[in-house]
Amino acid sequence: MSVNGSQRVDLEVVANLIPPQSRVLDVGSGDGSLLELLQDTKQVDGRGLELSQRGVNECVARGLSVIQGDADKDLEFYPDKGFDFVVLSQTLQATRNPKLVLDELLRIGNRAIVSFPNFGHWRVRLSLFLNGRMPVTKDLPYSWYDTPNIHFCTIRDFVNLCDELGATVEKATALDANGQRIGLSMPWWFWNFFGQQAVFLLKR
Amino acid sequence: MAVLRARKPNNEADQPSSPVLRFGSDKPLKLDAGTLLSPFQIAYQTYGTLNDARSNAILVCHALTGDQHVASTNPVTGKPGWWEVLIGPGKIIDTSRFFVICSNVIGGCLGSTGPASTNPATGKPYGLDLPVITIRDMVRAQQMLIDHFGIEKLFSVLGGSMGGMQVLEWASSYPERVFSALPIATGARHSSQNIAFHEVGRQAVMADPDWHGGKYFEHGKRPEKGLAVARMAAHITYLSEAALHRKFGRNLQDREALTFGFDADFQIESYLRHQGMTFVDRFDANSYLYMTRSMDYFDLAADHGGRLADAFAGTKTRFCLVSFTSDWLFPTEESRSIVHALNAAGASVSFVEIETDRGHDAFLLDEPELFAAINGFIGSAARARGLSA
Repeated sequence: MSVNGSQRVDLEVVANLIPPQSRVLDVGSGDGSLLELLQDTKQVDGRGLELSQRGVNECVARGLSVIQGDADKDLEFYPDKGFDFVVLSQTLQATRNPKLVLDELLRIGNRAIVSFPNFGHWRVRLSLFLNGRMPVTKDLPYSWYDTPNIHFCTIRDFVNLCDELGATVEKATALDANGQRIGLSMPWWFWNFFGQQAVFLLKR
Repeated sequence: MAVLRARKPNNEADQPSSPVLRFGSDKPLKLDAGTLLSPFQIAYQTYGTLNDARSNAILVCHALTGDQHVASTNPVTGKPGWWEVLIGPGKIIDTSRFFVICSNVIGGCLGSTGPASTNPATGKPYGLDLPVITIRDMVRAQQMLIDHFGIEKLFSVLGGSMGGMQVLEWASSYPERVFSALPIATGARHSSQNIAFHEVGRQAVMADPDWHGGKYFEHGKRPEKGLAVARMAAHITYLSEAALHRKFGRNLQDREALTFGFDADFQIESYLRHQGMTFVDRFDANSYLYMTRSMDYFDLAADHGGRLADAFAGTKTRFCLVSFTSDWLFPTEESRSIVHALNAAGASVSFVEIETDRGHDAFLLDEPELFAAINGFIGSAARARGLSA
């Protein structure tokens, strides 16, 4: 379900937020990279939910506990606070109802970790400003008519949504185009301009 | 074939050519029907060696017309074991690593007590005097077999179709005894359509005049025509329209043109007739009634107040479910509803749907994606269980 062409620089940032032996649900587990990383380095009790059947079958063949399912439809079957962490990496923008999905993440997990591409990044802004066309960049390679990314947001938008859902931002990280963390002391507008990806640790 | 026909089916029923465990009156089998079955016996096969910790045992549960000969030659048909593509030395379920147990279910006809077995009270075959057997009864008996081996916790329980129902029942009734569970191409209940197909099969058996109210052995007969028709109808449900068309199309059988009669003009007719005929050589008609009934009665959610998740509350068992896209007997939705229940119960669960046109029977065939899933699941479960490779 992870739907962009980037090198997933966010994976390590996400992994660093999770203490050893946690119970983790990875929503949109793709080929299982994050789950495998977490299992190998943090000995987590990890589960995955993945939309593409091919991804699921690959994960299961690699010994990962993954089921086929849709973040928009299948999160309702998980019990309240069943996991220490629920991770949604690079998938929020592809859901039909991001607000509901985020709400579900906060219900299922004691904490939610969400990573997403920042549509407020200067390259995106510049592309739209100069070309007057929907931005197609290295990390967001789809055209408007075939993109699975139907609900883009900026870092500022996301922070607003967290407020609306009563979620507390415990930690936030923005990564620049090279996957480097942007300094912690920078204000939101700076992150929103230079952050290509954002990783949020949320609690409610 | 003539030799096989001459063999009375109750030879294997009472004196099977595989090991048998007999339970006397001190150890009756409690049945869901409300009675006790005693004495009774379980015929089984094992492969590989049980390790010192008794932690490497895998129980294989067979399907409707299966038997204990999962990975060795079947004594009745002379054919290879029914799951030899999967189980054996060096195979995905490696018998040089795991201790594999497979037993004939109660109600079966290859050595575990069933309608073809001799009723000690009368000296004649039970026939319909045997109480209706449920999936839970079968599992209860298997549990007594596992006790006999001194195995506290099975490393894994796996099976397809009716075997998958037993896997679910095991995981629900004895969660502390099941480390991992692999229910394949199955459901937590039998659907109305499936009950309907089974009823057609049973009516075909009972409509055969040679059935004699279930007492055919006493009349020196067997309801072969009825049982063959039942098998033909059932066999269609194990395949798919696409697979049938791919295999047979409208091809004619050994002829150039239609004969304008009711002979087997089409290959598919000839194929089904053959399936029906070979089946009656190896299976007891009454046992077929009991087996189909056990599946019809299965409804795991109903046993737990209507909520399937409650059947798995607090489970620590690791699950892997598998379904096939063209299986219209147990469509993917059946597996998915089990997955949702397991999610709600907070269970560890994997779920793989495999694309194939081979229908329900795909689980018995050489399906690389099925094997890859089982391999990955068993491998990671073995690591978690501390079993060396």
